[in-house]
Amino acid sequence: MGGGIIRKQYDIPGEDLAAAGEASSDAKKMLVQLGVNPFDIKRAAVSMYEAEINAVIHANGGKADVVISTESIKIIIKDEGPGIADLDLALQEGYSTATDKIREMGFGAGMGLPNIKRYADELDIQTEPGKGTVVMIKVYFS
Amino acid sequence: MEKYFHSVTLDKDKCKGCTNCIKRCPTEAIRVRKGKATIINERCIDCGECLRVCPYHAKKAITDSFDAINNYKYKIAIPAPSIYGQFKNAKSRNSILTALKSLGFDKVYEVAKAAEIVTEASKKLMSEKGLKRPVISAACPAVVRLIQVRFPALIDNLLKLESPMEVAAKIVKSEVVKENIFKPSEIGVFFISPCAAKVTSVKAPYEKEKSSVDGVIAIKDIYLKMLENIENQDSEGNLEQSGYEGIRWASSGGEGLALGTDKFLAVDGIHNVIKIFEEIENEELEDVDFVEALSCTGGCLGGPLTVENVFVAKSKLRTFIDSAKANKKTVSVNDPDKYEEHKDLLWTGNVSYRPVLKLDEDMEKAILKLEQLEVICKGLPGLDCGACGAPSCRALAEDIVRGIANETDCIFKLREKIRELTARMIALENVLPPVLNNRKEEKEGRETVTVKQTSL
Repeated sequence: MGGGIIRKQYDIPGEDLAAAGEASSDAKKMLVQLGVNPFDIKRAAVSMYEAEINAVIHANGGKADVVISTESIKIIIKDEGPGIADLDLALQEGYSTATDKIREMGFGAGMGLPNIKRYADELDIQTEPGKGTVVMIKVYFS
Repeated sequence: MEKYFHSVTLDKDKCKGCTNCIKRCPTEAIRVRKGKATIINERCIDCGECLRVCPYHAKKAITDSFDAINNYKYKIAIPAPSIYGQFKNAKSRNSILTALKSLGFDKVYEVAKAAEIVTEASKKLMSEKGLKRPVISAACPAVVRLIQVRFPALIDNLLKLESPMEVAAKIVKSEVVKENIFKPSEIGVFFISPCAAKVTSVKAPYEKEKSSVDGVIAIKDIYLKMLENIENQDSEGNLEQSGYEGIRWASSGGEGLALGTDKFLAVDGIHNVIKIFEEIENEELEDVDFVEALSCTGGCLGGPLTVENVFVAKSKLRTFIDSAKANKKTVSVNDPDKYEEHKDLLWTGNVSYRPVLKLDEDMEKAILKLEQLEVICKGLPGLDCGACGAPSCRALAEDIVRGIANETDCIFKLREKIRELTARMIALENVLPPVLNNRKEEKEGRETVTVKQTSL
């Protein structure tokens, strides 16, 4: 027993948009079973989903780590993709570097990171061009 | 009344304890115990999936018997629009409505007409600001209950207007009361229903204190008599009032089309509805203003209490839609009650989150249980075979931490345990009491052990 903390790791498969969102959907199920307030579940689920999709479409997948305590959920999404060249720009609504093919599938509207910023209580992005990106999201339960 | 009334119930004598229903249930509300399916009442949303899938017809919907109309002096039928798809040989809607009336009703009022009133109210409400988008229709009671147990974040998206059934009952009852011949208690309004969840809506409504409907009769219970009436009909009354927009509500997409917006999405089939709701929760759905979500495949035409195959019914319905179109009957025009204030149709009650999936009231305990659940789940075979009586290995793990199941309910776990036990028994059998311990092979065994020890 880990003293009231749940840890779970997920593989995020790359280039598989059909499977994208499975990790956040599983994390959401856990929050529901823990009886977390619906609005906090939504905030956590949407931000994790957006980060997961980003890893799929920009970085050929990666890994997600989730840590849940009675106070909060911490989500860390790691990838070894191209990194984000201009982070300030990427955080602006509507800015996207997604290809036309991705946009045709309904993704890449440039709302991913801005949406995470909107819903997460803490957001930390470490990125290095050519090496990859680590997105840390924290949502506190009310 | 019980805390949770449900129309969908089990006929224990017919149930064989198979796994068809447990696997199909969208809220994992069924378990097999002692060879019989049992429904977890708090979780059931009355969608009727189990009714449809049960090969032994052991699941049934409780509805009122036709005789119940005799409890009232003045009897009114309010048929769901889906009734028009049920009779392949019917020449007109008037023919169907006349056949229904001649079963013993004094008056027939189409729910399709009330649907047009609900459409008007929806348009007005949607044009006001402050509604959370996408707006989700509350017309399907199983969908509303699904939101209550699985998608609480979407409760605020619901369009909280009374259903066409309730509006029809209210209007027709007040019309008859105005005539001053019968007292309200003498007037019985019966919904002719394709739907089990509607029964629950009438007996235990969520949108207001008490339903205006006095009884619910299943379409399939009166189908044969109506068919007979249609075949032997000499003349038909002029009973149809609704336009094609109201009739079209029977089918998936009908409610959305009537709103006159192209930014609507229609989804039918409860498992498809779940997928769309997940997309809405993740904010993946953009540019959609209105979501029409219906639990049954094909919409109400596919309801569990209908008779005709949903696709056949759909093509029949289309002929009536086309003929109403040809007669330029869009909606029931010049109808005073159509212009009723839409505020009158707003719910006076409300729905709240029913956290039935929560593992424990205390979050710390819930975390411990979830940890155990994950560990147990990893140890299970992951075949989701259902032989334990739960719909999946994860559901069994959940039941175990809730204390309502055991690990050995899993037949693979049980076999593992038996094998372990057998190995221990064999080992014990080999150990003989000292007084008998003069067997040759036993001695040899010991010698080898000694040899091994010395070689170390």
